[in-house]
Amino acid sequence: MNDTLLLDAVERYRNGEMSPQETILFEELRKNNPEIDQLAADHNFFLGELDKLSEIKAYRNSLNEVENKLANEGMISENKGKGKANVVYMWSRYRRTIAVAAFIAGLVSISTATIVSMYSEKKNVAVITPLVDTKLNQFEHKLKQIETKLNDASAVAKEPSKPKFEANFRATGFLVDGSGYIVTNAHVVNNARNIIVENKKGDQFFAKAVYVNKITDLAILKISDTSFKKVTNLPYTFPKSSTELGEHIFTLGYPREEIVYGEGYLSAKSGLFGDTTSYQISISVNPGNSGGPVINKNGEIIGIISSKETNADGVVFAIKSKNIYNALKDLKGDESIKLPSVNSLKGLDRVQQIQKLEDFVYMVKGN
Amino acid sequence: MSIYEQEKALLEGLATNETNAVETIYRENYGMIQAFIVKNNGYPEDARDIFQEAMIVLFEKAKLNSFVLRCQIKTYLYSVCRRLWLKRLQQQSRYFPGVELLKETVPVENEIESHEKQTANFNMLEEALGKIGEPCKSILEAYYIQKKSMPDIATAFGYTNADNAKTQKYKCLIRLKKIFFAQYKNGE
Repeated sequence: MNDTLLLDAVERYRNGEMSPQETILFEELRKNNPEIDQLAADHNFFLGELDKLSEIKAYRNSLNEVENKLANEGMISENKGKGKANVVYMWSRYRRTIAVAAFIAGLVSISTATIVSMYSEKKNVAVITPLVDTKLNQFEHKLKQIETKLNDASAVAKEPSKPKFEANFRATGFLVDGSGYIVTNAHVVNNARNIIVENKKGDQFFAKAVYVNKITDLAILKISDTSFKKVTNLPYTFPKSSTELGEHIFTLGYPREEIVYGEGYLSAKSGLFGDTTSYQISISVNPGNSGGPVINKNGEIIGIISSKETNADGVVFAIKSKNIYNALKDLKGDESIKLPSVNSLKGLDRVQQIQKLEDFVYMVKGN
Repeated sequence: MSIYEQEKALLEGLATNETNAVETIYRENYGMIQAFIVKNNGYPEDARDIFQEAMIVLFEKAKLNSFVLRCQIKTYLYSVCRRLWLKRLQQQSRYFPGVELLKETVPVENEIESHEKQTANFNMLEEALGKIGEPCKSILEAYYIQKKSMPDIATAFGYTNADNAKTQKYKCLIRLKKIFFAQYKNGE
């Protein structure tokens, strides 16, 4: 029996086209002849696959038909949306992807920022802000002038000397000798061409720096203006014993055109990175407070405000007043400065202390 | 008619390729599948593809005499589509956002596996058909796929009688079978 005949037989058998007699014969043939049986089985399977393929193809056709019909009805979206619909579609499709991307972006930027800040913290030798106000409010200054004039209407005759120039920085200083020596920070007067000091009343005097030490950040100014009258009875002194942690302190300064009081406490006996020439104090200060005296409750000046840590709140550094002695030692010969020795603040309440003090705290300006 | 009876009728219609049954199932289920696929990183075109494939899986099942649907058609289709879509995302190493439609699913792994086997066979068969050349291809397709009668084919292909056409058809079939089984045995 050749292949063609067998194929035909299998096909007719599958389709039920054989007569009963023929069927019996065919089945017997397969039973007695394993080789033919195997071939017939192969044929049968193959024809079966062809049949199924035919069915699937027909079925796919009807699927496509239905799909097209529904697409025409608009139930199945035919194509990707266009224009605005496309944007909406893309949004709904990529919403999650976008969310994930945004999340990752956020994570990356936060971690980058963290790494950068960690790194820069190590590198930053001093993230500190000198407390000189370089953004001066001239308007406020003029207002104050007018105010003082109005208050002292009777004293118009002795119009205080007012050097006419525009200052571009402002800080604080205080008298250490009634003949016109003022202590402030070196960074205040460094690079200044003209220096002016101004007292609480608004009297301005030219001054010049007679001592500037960038290492200790101390400077001593001498009022050079002839209109300056020697003052006496400086109320404060400098401490003889060491200052203790937790001691209450206060300061007066010019973070504004007006004198401002602030109080706090001694936080550490050393400054940034263990700098033993400074104290760390906790106090609220602003640009303009530089050079202000740090005074304890007995009216002793324990330090001079110099800077604050930029990234931390209320971490302020003050130069120990001991450094003033050293500065005076360096100066000796050229200038004769006599530090005040009588303390008239001790035992007074704070308001009285301030009233006595404020005349000796000067605004230091210049350009 | 209870839901069960309705669905049984639908499946019987599907098995005999009744367009009405196909359409009903399409109408009732397509939207859900598209929502699932679009929410999970797919296009509507993907949804059409996947749904068609799931419909074929259902068709193959419905044609089996032993087949009894143990859940609703909806659940079955969702399970199949979900499985197929996950597989496709995996193959294209695309990200699966994991948006579920809060529907129960039934295990469909076996069906999908046998469906894939079947699809592979079909592909082999079609490939073999492409290789045997004309007129064999057209004759075989006309008879076995389009189910045309032998006399019709004889006329269409210009054979003097149906027997000649039949002989030619068997010759072609033997060649096709050879090519197919060569590949089929390779694949096993």
